[in-house]
Amino acid sequence: MSEFRAAQFRTALGRARGLGSAKHGVGHFIGQRVSAVALLFLTLWGVAAALSVAAGGYDGARTWLASPVNAALLGLLILAGLYHAQLGMRTIIEDYIERPITKAALLILNAFVGWGVAALALVSILKVTFGAGS
Amino acid sequence: MADAPPVLRARPLSPHILQWRWHITMATSILHRVTGVGLYVGLLILAGWALALASGPDIYATYAGLLGSLVGRIILFGVTVCLFFHIANGLRHLVWDFGKGLAPHTANITAWIALAFAGVAAVGVWVLAAVMGAL
Repeated sequence: MSEFRAAQFRTALGRARGLGSAKHGVGHFIGQRVSAVALLFLTLWGVAAALSVAAGGYDGARTWLASPVNAALLGLLILAGLYHAQLGMRTIIEDYIERPITKAALLILNAFVGWGVAALALVSILKVTFGAGS
Repeated sequence: MADAPPVLRARPLSPHILQWRWHITMATSILHRVTGVGLYVGLLILAGWALALASGPDIYATYAGLLGSLVGRIILFGVTVCLFFHIANGLRHLVWDFGKGLAPHTANITAWIALAFAGVAAVGVWVLAAVMGAL
């Protein structure tokens, strides 16, 4: 009933402003696609890199990640991947989870996982890269 | 005319998903989501690898051992399939964004191509890994 009462006191313009376009929906669409194009190259590089790193063991992997190019590209792969995955997972949550409180909780979790994993991965990469020279 | 009562009619509803015959473009559509979730997991595994590498040789050995176990390899192969399907089907989406390739016949063919590419590329990469001694 609260929705009904609120509707009576709001103008048509006010309702449209509250429920309509927030004027940045297209950002999701473009971000998804731009990161997709970036990931097309980054993931193919990642597969090739995985093949060369897998046999080298711990020392081989440290040496590989000591290269600034490898460290930068791995960082970009993880960052672009998390950004793209977070946008995709957000859409899935919004599509399938109806209950507002559950939806909000999962969306917050999705953001926490994205930012948290990004921070962990970047610090790890930098630690290996900068530690290797000394 | 303005105070004519609104006429409420039973409007047609779209059939429930179970009423549809499964076709290939439906399968690739939902597989794009499924493989996307698979790649989310793959990304966590990759980030875990970087964390393990930064945590010293013992933790790295344990992590590499987990990835190299039978279950680990099955999961990694699954991530590889997810990656190549998501790449191929993602390219279909990018082409669709330009309004091309939407005709049913074309969409059916590219759907099959995406599925075939995922299988062939994933097996190819793992054969290559075996040849290079990465397994």
